[in-house]
Amino acid sequence: MEIVASLREVSRVYKMGDNEVRALDGISHDFGAGEYWAIMGSSGSGKSTLLNILGCIDRPTSGSYRVRGQEMADLDDDDLSELRGRHIGFVFQSFNLIPQLNVLENILVPLFYQDDPPPDGEERAVALAERVGLGDRLDHRPLELSGGQQQRVAIARSLINDPALILADEATGNLDSHTTEEILDLFDELHAEGKTILLVTHEDEVGTRAQHVMRLSDGRIAELVENGGGR
Amino acid sequence: MLHSPVLRSVRLGIKSLLLHKLRSLLTTLGVLFGVSSVVAMLAIGEGASAEAQEQIKQLGSQNVILRSVKPPEDLVSNQSTRVSSYGLTRLDFERIIDTFPWVRRAVPVRELLQEVRHGRRKLNPRVLATTPDYLAVTGRILAEGRFLSQRDEDLVANVCVLDDEAARYLFPFDSPLGKRIKIDADYFTVVGTLLPRVRTADDPAAAGAAVTGEVLLPQRTGQRWFGELQVKIRSGSREMEEVQLHEIIVEVDRPEHVPLVAAACREMLRRNHRQQDYEVVVPLELLARAEETKRIFNIVLGSIAGISLLVGGIGIMNVMLATVTERTREIGIRRALGAKRRHIVMQFLVEAVVLSVGGGLLGILLGLAIPWLVEWYADLRTIVTPEAPALAFGVSVATGLVFGLYPAWRAATMDPVEALRHE
Ligand SMILES: Nc1ncnc2c1ncn2[C@@H]1O[C@H](COP(=O)(O)OP(=O)(O)OP(=O)(O)O)[C@@H](O)[C@H]1O
Ligand SMILES: [Mg+2]
Repeated sequence: MEIVASLREVSRVYKMGDNEVRALDGISHDFGAGEYWAIMGSSGSGKSTLLNILGCIDRPTSGSYRVRGQEMADLDDDDLSELRGRHIGFVFQSFNLIPQLNVLENILVPLFYQDDPPPDGEERAVALAERVGLGDRLDHRPLELSGGQQQRVAIARSLINDPALILADEATGNLDSHTTEEILDLFDELHAEGKTILLVTHEDEVGTRAQHVMRLSDGRIAELVENGGGR
Repeated sequence: MLHSPVLRSVRLGIKSLLLHKLRSLLTTLGVLFGVSSVVAMLAIGEGASAEAQEQIKQLGSQNVILRSVKPPEDLVSNQSTRVSSYGLTRLDFERIIDTFPWVRRAVPVRELLQEVRHGRRKLNPRVLATTPDYLAVTGRILAEGRFLSQRDEDLVANVCVLDDEAARYLFPFDSPLGKRIKIDADYFTVVGTLLPRVRTADDPAAAGAAVTGEVLLPQRTGQRWFGELQVKIRSGSREMEEVQLHEIIVEVDRPEHVPLVAAACREMLRRNHRQQDYEVVVPLELLARAEETKRIFNIVLGSIAGISLLVGGIGIMNVMLATVTERTREIGIRRALGAKRRHIVMQFLVEAVVLSVGGGLLGILLGLAIPWLVEWYADLRTIVTPEAPALAFGVSVATGLVFGLYPAWRAATMDPVEALRHE
């Protein structure tokens, strides 16, 4: 199986004056292509820290992280930005759409910054908006949409660059149970299409929808669980 | 279709600025005043030196011009008829010709108050009695025929030369050459006409609307027919004036001798005249004065421009720092989605430049209006050259770049994780 993201003895230490916080403490794991993982654990266990490193917006204090075979330590800030723009899709808890842009423009943002963006970006964005059920809202501003709709725009945005890795930090944390269900259905579909999804959550119902569960505790992997049968 | 990145940044910048319309507008004011000062300064300075240049061209850069000036009326004589005698004398003229070094030539000019007729057409022009050198010294150009000659002088001939205006008025349908016009009671044959000259505010012919056109006579002819006394009729009282020469135009051999000759003329006149009944006009000094005016204007408006631009620039920096802080999360999102540092720098730099250029464009409009108002109310000539708005535009772009750089750099060097966590 192809490995998308590979962690070896990854630690992340925050120094706060004299004492240090080991947010991640020697994590080693391989995420395979097409896998759907839920990352769980109590508050402060290091879930977000791990996801930030996996998403290349933060660097490990020690250890090695390889994305698609590339060692992160070898890449400079611009390389990491280009890598994020091309291969990583982010979905955030608070949606994080850009307020002054409309739906279509928000979906297109990751393509703006690629060194050579695909020529058919706009068509793809429209197709993605239709896919998440917002084909008729292309020129709406984020504030004119409900939370669930905003999160669907964010998912469309995370798909525009056909990413190798979709990272979602508490993507359903701000949504009611019905809307959560819709979003999770969308993730199921993406998984069925072969996308690699890493979903941080502390809700068990959400965790059980994933194929695998990684449980963190104090910056270490506490357990790895296969959910019923898998896919 | 993805449009060009710069254009997109500009559109995005405008969009973001429109979120805070009033704030953006107020921020542009500093640049607005700075830029309008630059434009106005250049227009007024340009106008002043063009004015001076034109005067000099007309008066002759190597000339020193002496003029008779009626001294303030002495209150003692209060009769209705009196003779006032003042001004430059033939003796002054002789002294200049005979004793001054560096004088190439000099022409005396006497102005006669006479009516000129041709058939039923009447005109009150400046009738000037002068010598043949007048043409060369004033740089005027013949249109037709010939100018007054030494032979005319010797023969005290009844000939005259008309300027363009007099010729066109007195002879609207045919050439005046060889025709005779009547001045007072005598007939004079027209031997030539002159091309028109560009007029300036300083031109005496332009000052009085009643005086139109010029008629030139040989000096001795003028003296013979019209004598030394002239009668002026003013508000009911008859006034006799005795003025030997109204003007002496002195041509100096080289420009660097102009100040020396001017000083010598002043000294000579001071010694020989009991009262200040003359003035000495030095075109080169006019230029110096115009340059001085321009310099003072430049210092004043330049300081206003500099201070306004500095204050405007600081205002832009201040607002951009606030914007960057407000939009920390947006910066984090963009970085997470693949924006490189230079993209963030570009985004905020463009926004700062859009602000300053917005102020700059409004400032150019105001800067074009100021010279117009100055011309209207202060009667100063102004010239807006195409370089002025271009320079002003450049200055406003530069202001945006300089003062936008630090906020943009702050935005670009934020840690993406911290930025995303920002509330
Ligand atoms: N910038 C920081 N500076 C100092 N300590 C930090 C920083 N970011 C995270 N930490 C610490 O690292 C640990 C892990 O934090 P992290 O945000 O990864 O937890 P989490 O599992 O996502 O928790 P939650 O479920 O509450 O989001 C925590 O103890 C936190 O206090
Ligand atoms: Mg977290």
